[in-house]
Amino acid sequence: MIGTTGLVFNEPLLWELGAPGREAYSLPSREVPEHPVDPALTGPGPDFPDLSEPELVRHYTRLSQWNLSVDSSMYPLGSCTMKYNPKTNERQASLPGIANAHPLLPDDLAQGLLRLIFDLERWLAEITGLPAVSLQPAAGAQGELTGMLIFYAHHAALGRPRTKILIPDTAHGTNPASAALCGFTAVPVPSGPQGILTLQTVADRMDDDTAGIMVTNPNTLGLFEENIRQVADAVHAKGGLVYADGANMNAVLGVVDMGAMGVDVLHLNLHKTFSTPHGGGGPGAGPVCVTRALEPYLPVPRVAREGSRFTWRDDYPSSVGRLHAFYGNFGILTRAYSYILSLGAELARVSRLAVLNANYIQAGLKADYHLPHDRPCMHECVFTDKRQQAHKVSALDIAKRLIDYGFHPPTIYFPLVVNGALMIEPTESETKETLDQFIAALRAIAREAEQKPELLHQAPHHAKLRRLDEVTAARKPCLMG
Amino acid sequence: MKEISELNFPENVRYSKDHEWARPEKDLFVVGISDYAQDQLGDIVYVDLPAAGSKIKKGADFGSVESVKAVSELYMPLGGAVVAVNTQLGDNPELVNSAPYGNGWMIKVKPDDPGEYQQLMDQKRYLATLKG
Amino acid sequence: MRYLPHTEADIQAMLAAVGAGRIEELFARIPDACRRKGPLNLPPPLSEWDLDRHMENLAGANAVAPAYKIFLGAGSYDHHIPETIKQLLRRGEFFTAYTPYQPEVSQGTLQAIYEYQTLVGRLTGMAVANASMYDGASALAEALLMAIRITKRRRVALSRAVHPHYRQVAETYLRPAGFEIVLLPWGADGRTDLSRLADTADLAAVAVQSPNFFGCMEDLKAAAAAAHRQPDTLMITAFSEPLAYGLFEAPGRLGADIVCGEGQSLGIPRSFGGPGVGLFACRQEHLRSMPGRLVGRTVDLEGRRGFVLTLSTREQHIRRERATSNICTNQGLCALAAAMYMASLGGTGFRKLARLNYDTAGYLKTELQAAGVALPFAAPTFNEFVVRLPSGSRSRYLELLARRIVFGLPLEKYFPELSDHYLLCATETSRKQDLDLLVQEVTQ
Repeated sequence: MIGTTGLVFNEPLLWELGAPGREAYSLPSREVPEHPVDPALTGPGPDFPDLSEPELVRHYTRLSQWNLSVDSSMYPLGSCTMKYNPKTNERQASLPGIANAHPLLPDDLAQGLLRLIFDLERWLAEITGLPAVSLQPAAGAQGELTGMLIFYAHHAALGRPRTKILIPDTAHGTNPASAALCGFTAVPVPSGPQGILTLQTVADRMDDDTAGIMVTNPNTLGLFEENIRQVADAVHAKGGLVYADGANMNAVLGVVDMGAMGVDVLHLNLHKTFSTPHGGGGPGAGPVCVTRALEPYLPVPRVAREGSRFTWRDDYPSSVGRLHAFYGNFGILTRAYSYILSLGAELARVSRLAVLNANYIQAGLKADYHLPHDRPCMHECVFTDKRQQAHKVSALDIAKRLIDYGFHPPTIYFPLVVNGALMIEPTESETKETLDQFIAALRAIAREAEQKPELLHQAPHHAKLRRLDEVTAARKPCLMG
Repeated sequence: MKEISELNFPENVRYSKDHEWARPEKDLFVVGISDYAQDQLGDIVYVDLPAAGSKIKKGADFGSVESVKAVSELYMPLGGAVVAVNTQLGDNPELVNSAPYGNGWMIKVKPDDPGEYQQLMDQKRYLATLKG
Repeated sequence: MRYLPHTEADIQAMLAAVGAGRIEELFARIPDACRRKGPLNLPPPLSEWDLDRHMENLAGANAVAPAYKIFLGAGSYDHHIPETIKQLLRRGEFFTAYTPYQPEVSQGTLQAIYEYQTLVGRLTGMAVANASMYDGASALAEALLMAIRITKRRRVALSRAVHPHYRQVAETYLRPAGFEIVLLPWGADGRTDLSRLADTADLAAVAVQSPNFFGCMEDLKAAAAAAHRQPDTLMITAFSEPLAYGLFEAPGRLGADIVCGEGQSLGIPRSFGGPGVGLFACRQEHLRSMPGRLVGRTVDLEGRRGFVLTLSTREQHIRRERATSNICTNQGLCALAAAMYMASLGGTGFRKLARLNYDTAGYLKTELQAAGVALPFAAPTFNEFVVRLPSGSRSRYLELLARRIVFGLPLEKYFPELSDHYLLCATETSRKQDLDLLVQEVTQ
């Protein structure tokens, strides 16, 4: 075990603290008289608790200490790319000329900001091999939606809207949900025995009423879709488009050219591949990269360069429209920009090491856990609980026990095509020593599963809380205090 | 999850391949899900049922049942008008777990064709499909 | 590179364990046709010191206070953010955690979001709030889709006095599925004109914004009554400046069924428009149709209070194409900032701050009017209001710009009928000296 249990404080809810009249905020001085207000329109104001500043600081400090995070431990959550979030990125995003900039400044007063967008778009184009980019989508799911809007707009512009979309069985649930928003019905495509798509299964399902296919490459089994080029050709032959979910881009930076692969639209997750913080669930950013042919459909507004000057333009009549109140999560874009500038072409090394780390874990655990696809993986590896099931120990039990060893659990029960999946993505940030500790922990847990399964059923034992009653939470929802 | 032998399959109801059951009650049929279905789902946290008066065809979905991490559609074992809905399930969805053939019933249907009941599986055939 | 810990010796030892001679072998399965030709053509890596200089140059090329006097609002507001929030937010335990999938090691995030949901519910006067959406615009689009799902109708009415960008986003979300948006005009006082609402049948929802894009407080009670005259039609109230509810009555107590909007005002820097946070709340009865994540209260095996993600069956990872939305994450860190901000102010501070904002913008409004500037809309306003300058005002606007004064937002781009109209904003951070200067400059 890498950790010991330190002092963990209890802490009440906000409204169990404080006393009326306390404040943790210093009101700017008043220089103006009261302005008359119609009493018929006023209300009592919100019923918030009044806290002093020391109470507030202690409250949130204590809450923070109940979280496991990348800064405190390895967080191998498959498909989420929980890599190190550089501190310098925070400094850059909080520079006053960036953090305090109003989004509706006249173009000439925002040249630095427009330039940042322009440069970041170019760099993402270079990295993906797709020449046109919009940074507007606020998250991966919104990037997906943008991609589907582009599919829809493309087929509508050709005068023959299509109603179906192919989605492999390994896909994230967001894929069909995003497609549904554009009126597409998902047609599932089973992956082949090797865990990847075969040309035949796609070609069999592709027809004139199918808008295209949504693929994740590398896929959610951590495997590269080797037939992607042929699959893309088959889709294109029927007038369809290929969408790639870039959730797993951290495996292939500097290696793959998405354009050459036959991809028409790709979304990136800057909070995965480009080191921006996950923030307990957001904010992220989900830029969309497309071929030249699809560029007219990108969201507006877009930054254009005129000589040495940058301007906003929204005169793109074929555009899918606007996705965000302004230009997306600019503060997140700034962090990704800072990350790319810190690494440059060394980004390729990021993927090489991420893939090495995943293969090292795969090799280290193969003897103890069932590996459904025994071949080199990309940036993540997928095991199952098949062997431990013999002792009535599940992926959930293994995940919970890992907490006692000081690690965040991997993603479990996903992808759905693998029963009892344990999906491990170490990222490039972890040292060999940490990986060795992690492997040792999971191997020790495999022994425990055989010898003391009850220990796993009851885990975690050292966390702030034991297992929580999710059934009651869902049966009798209590969502507000 | 339990072994098939540990589950209860009464003989006074008939079963569909989607694991709903129906039981005649005067000129109506009471409908719910089988012990096997509730056991597969685990702790049921929510049951979404149609409004009384809805007319639904055999095999069409009439609602859904949810556990913490799964949703299953419910399919009409026989077509007709929904004349009553078990409102108790609103506050007590766990009744589907504890008494799937009793207080955990879901809807009462006035059938378009009472003959459809005979097309459902009896206990013996249903058990045989479960054992595969 | 300091983010990449591996030494050459580490790599060799790991390759040996994996059974590969070179890292490239691990990529052998990638066909040539999919590979890029040549190395990445990116700028050379910058050291931290060099990066700081580069970023300072970039940041220096933008206009911000105090060098510029900027009277812009329109959905993005300048409010004082306490240092406590900036520092607490940067705690790595919050910052570098992800969605709380494993509640035993995520109680910090979970309790904080539960508190956030509660504070948003109290702010909006609603029974339930979710863990947040991307921003105010997508929150409104999702609210419209939610009303369409609940009512099974295909048409919504949207006020033209809703932020034009929010309307555009709503259109982007609704258009592909063929849902119809009927626009409601505004009346002479700057508020939505609901008089023709009855002409449009089968409405899933009526949506207004309050304060609206012009800063005007809508008559929400009348709007809800008009919306509810059609059976089952939902009243949606959006906002971009929630601070207003520290002074004006909350929409939830005025008949709204869904309340949603932008929470950037609540302790989040403007950052050129994002990230902000979409606040989203609704009536209890619509809970299961609501998009987005939810945190609920429960107990652990030993009966101790704890929190979990709940009602997940509404979400895309379970219900896939039948989900209430395709949204996965919330806007976690921004929701946390908003909660910290609301907790910093408390109810007492929130009321005081709202009043100071109201009075500051009110002062500017009064002074401008006294100096002869026309105020076309008579409805009460919060923080923002519209002024009309004599025709040909563009040159005046540019002269002010040259003097480092941004005279609000010219409205003609958004509303062709509003040439020479400007949307001005003042908040608690506006100093009287600057307001007086503005009045003097514009009326010279």
